[in-house]
Amino acid sequence: MKFIFDSDTWQEIYGGIRKNKTRTVITIIGVLWGIFLLVTLLGASRGLENNFKNIFGDFATNSVFVWSQRTELPFKGFQKGRRLRLTTNDVEILKREYKEIKFIAPRSQSNSAITRGFKTGNFNISGDLPVLDKVQKKDLVYGRFLNENDIKLKAKVCVIELEIYEQLFDKNEDPVGEMVNIGNISYKVIGVYKNGNISFDGSAAYIPFTTFQQVFNRANRISWMMITANEGVDILQMEKDLLLTLKNIHKVDPEDKKAFGSANLAVEIGKVTGFLTGMQFLTWFVGIATLIAGVFAIGNILLITVKERTKEIGIRRAIGATPIEIRRQVVLESVFLTTVAGMLGIIFGGFVLFLLDYFLGSGPDPTLVNPTVNIPIILFAFLILIVLGTLIGLIPAYMATLVKPIDALRDE
Amino acid sequence: MIRINNLHKSYPIGKDSLHVLKGIDLHIKEGEFVSIMGSSGSGKSTLLNIVGLLDEHDEGDYFLNGQEIKNLNEKKGAVLRNKFLGFVFQSFNLISYKTALENVSLPLYYKGVSRKERQKIALEYLDKVGLKDWASHLPNELSGGQKQRVAIARALVTQPKVVLADEPTGALDSTTTDSVMDLLKDINNEGMTVFVITHEEEVADQTKRIVRLKDGIIISDTINVQRNPVKTV
Ligand SMILES: Nc1ncnc2c1ncn2[C@@H]1O[C@H](COP(=O)(O)OP(=O)(O)OP(=O)(O)O)[C@@H](O)[C@H]1O
Ligand SMILES: [Mg+2]
Repeated sequence: MKFIFDSDTWQEIYGGIRKNKTRTVITIIGVLWGIFLLVTLLGASRGLENNFKNIFGDFATNSVFVWSQRTELPFKGFQKGRRLRLTTNDVEILKREYKEIKFIAPRSQSNSAITRGFKTGNFNISGDLPVLDKVQKKDLVYGRFLNENDIKLKAKVCVIELEIYEQLFDKNEDPVGEMVNIGNISYKVIGVYKNGNISFDGSAAYIPFTTFQQVFNRANRISWMMITANEGVDILQMEKDLLLTLKNIHKVDPEDKKAFGSANLAVEIGKVTGFLTGMQFLTWFVGIATLIAGVFAIGNILLITVKERTKEIGIRRAIGATPIEIRRQVVLESVFLTTVAGMLGIIFGGFVLFLLDYFLGSGPDPTLVNPTVNIPIILFAFLILIVLGTLIGLIPAYMATLVKPIDALRDE
Repeated sequence: MIRINNLHKSYPIGKDSLHVLKGIDLHIKEGEFVSIMGSSGSGKSTLLNIVGLLDEHDEGDYFLNGQEIKNLNEKKGAVLRNKFLGFVFQSFNLISYKTALENVSLPLYYKGVSRKERQKIALEYLDKVGLKDWASHLPNELSGGQKQRVAIARALVTQPKVVLADEPTGALDSTTTDSVMDLLKDINNEGMTVFVITHEEEVADQTKRIVRLKDGIIISDTINVQRNPVKTV
């Protein structure tokens, strides 16, 4: 292996490469294009993925939402079409029966006018427990979210969305501690939050769950619930089990498909990430296919040049080059070309990603977020490239020594 | 130096084979200056290629510097060529994208001589053939005679035992032919064994021994009296 570090070896290779400028450029372009595509596409799809992650980012993704509807089947003396109601009792039972549940948040919702002085607007009002902040992280601009104390005291406090704040308050006015009217009851504003990309509640004012039940006269009835499972739990199975338990509690036919509605966040996200995985797969496929094509082009052109250089190779052998020395040189030329092309491709790809990030990755609504490629992936692709370069170089290297020196040197 | 006994060589042509060398006996001692003459197709190049380890013989014995040449693999052949033999070709066979100096130093590269040493030795030999000032020129910037002198410098640079030249003046006019032959005579006078193929009587006349080949057989092997004031062999 000493020859690799021998400057003379490289001198010889440099000579060979410089002599064949066109083929050098062509081969380099082939491989360069392949690795360039790979880097750019991988980076772009990573950027898209990051963007989706951002959208779903504030959600605990293994969550399922459950609400009640009407039955579609008669059961144990009940008529079909019976209106069902979820209650806090259901929440308690589920919490008790399912150890896999990490958070369970009963939701009670309505809408109402919110007034402050002469300013007013109609908004969603949601009665919630502090745990909501764990299921969907609230991005607080001012103050704090609801806490256990608010629940216990049935406090008249509210956390409002930025849009509500903007309608009711002056710019830069500190809303914390200010009073607003919801319906005709006065609440103290304890916080302002900002909605993320996905919101189920719209621009809502959150008030303590207990307060809501009392004020809106809901007793123990709730609108729906959000359930988050522990890490690693099969959320689809849990969704089925939960529905069965609820049907059992409410005396509903287990086969009844309409009685309760549910949505599984994991499934929805899975659709998007499935698309992304598909795209990454396609990227790898296209990139590697192009790379292989590029490497083959190198092998092919080396083969042609080896034929063109039959005479030169014959001369070298006549003056004492062993077949191994000749083959080594051809293989090294191949490896050198692929390596240089690969590096250039990575540099160009990186540059294009930089441009993509610059033009598409900033602003309030970026298409690509942080389009990057993992260094290990690049190193891996690079390694593959060198291996392919070596393998493909072996063919012309073998061809180079196939012709006997006398045949190579024969005039004409 | 070179001892050949009853050497045969045939080339397969389709199903038949062409019997080119039909029992050659030749003994060349160290320091001789031998030319081979003969009509086209008589087997001169074939003989020289076998002597030069570029080709293998079918039958008979060949000893180079006392070593029997038999079943030589490519690698051994390359090493022996590099060590014992220097080649000069009719068409020069310089590498077109290398300068005169690089061409001359190439055999030393394969011999494993260090870069600095190579440059120094190669320049010495270029000087010897009178082309020191042309060291950095590419072959296509040189005249035919100059190219052949570079090729001779390349053949000599590894200090071989024998210089083999297949029609070294075949592509040259009479003045450059003379300069090339003077060079070959000089190196022979320094003790080098020189073995040339030629078509030209004037060239053969300048060597010390003339071997004539016809249809693969040596028909005459004479001492050139003009060049050998004292009779030997
Ligand atoms: N590799 C080969 N395969 C088949 N036939 C060959 C081969 N090399 C040489 N020959 C034949 O062998 C014969 C002798 O060839 P050779 O080259 O030795 O002749 P030569 O004496 O050098 O002729 P010239 O003066 O034209 O160079 C010729 O008939 C040639 O066609
Ligand atoms: Mg010939």
